[in-house]
Amino acid sequence: MAVLDILKYPDEVLKQISEPVESFDNELLAFLADLEETMRAGPGGVGIAAAQVGNFRRIAIVDVSAKPKIKHNGCMILINPEIKTWDGMKIGREGCMSVPDYTGNVIRAEKITLQACNAKGELCDYECEGYEARAVQHELDHLDGMLFLDRLVSRRTDLFKRKKYK
Amino acid sequence: MSEWKMLTLVGQDKPGIVAKITTALFDAGAKLGEASMMRLGGNFTIMLMVKSDQSIDQLDQSIDSVVKAMSLTSSFQNIEASLHQHEIPDTRITVYGADRPGIVSKATTHLLDAGFNILDLESDVAGSEAEPIYIMHIEGIAAHGSDALEKAVEQIKTNGVNVDMTPIDVMIG
Ligand SMILES: [Zn+2]
Repeated sequence: MAVLDILKYPDEVLKQISEPVESFDNELLAFLADLEETMRAGPGGVGIAAAQVGNFRRIAIVDVSAKPKIKHNGCMILINPEIKTWDGMKIGREGCMSVPDYTGNVIRAEKITLQACNAKGELCDYECEGYEARAVQHELDHLDGMLFLDRLVSRRTDLFKRKKYK
Repeated sequence: MSEWKMLTLVGQDKPGIVAKITTALFDAGAKLGEASMMRLGGNFTIMLMVKSDQSIDQLDQSIDSVVKAMSLTSSFQNIEASLHQHEIPDTRITVYGADRPGIVSKATTHLLDAGFNILDLESDVAGSEAEPIYIMHIEGIAAHGSDALEKAVEQIKTNGVNVDMTPIDVMIG
């Protein structure tokens, strides 16, 4: 296993669109292990996309389980992922291992459902919300050459929290 | 050796202030760093980091014609500064209510006592002339933890001021 080099913006290759994974073989497993190790080596990194290490296949890993008191699906290996439904909107603060020394506000869906293959190529369904849903949307953007910088909203923008009426 | 200076500039808002000032600085070979620019009470205000081999007098000279033509007030000062030093805020606090004397002082003093370090503060006076309202957004770091901060928030609320405290949970991926 090895910690891979993270590409940093303004490297334009981060804008490249990744291609679907076709073969689920040992090479893929080895790459997944390296990608996960790279994610865990980053300070506070809860997700990574293959594009961030210059591998343009539709692969992302998200693991927010270290965060206390939130719903999560454990360590999600997301291969050829596809978001099926989006629900709600929320502003949250994001940073990116490919964009050091900057965090900014981004609007994401609060809840999503998605389908993705696991490391064995089996199709899995997931429901994500909140912090985990944000991480998944951030990583899947990388597969389409999008950075959170493409979705920034003004730091002044603040959606007043919806009060719950009884 | 080039060092950072802070340019502080203010004047009645009109189109072209930013473009003309930054062009004059660029033409003088200065490098720009981080900035905060905004309209406050009909004035346009600039706080801009400028790095240059030139002295403060020379920098003043380089923007002098723009400053005079646009009736601005400006000054450069030497600062100890560097880039790539962003602190990540962990809490956002919104305060709003009927505008009255002391609202900012009271709120920020309670926050200070609770160990809150302000990184960013923006405020507006809105509403009508007869009944102004005050709205303040603050981002910062709760150095003594969120429990202390929650107590401070409760104290700020006692005067009919609305306070909302939200953790900023930065997702890095
Ligand atoms: Zn990222």
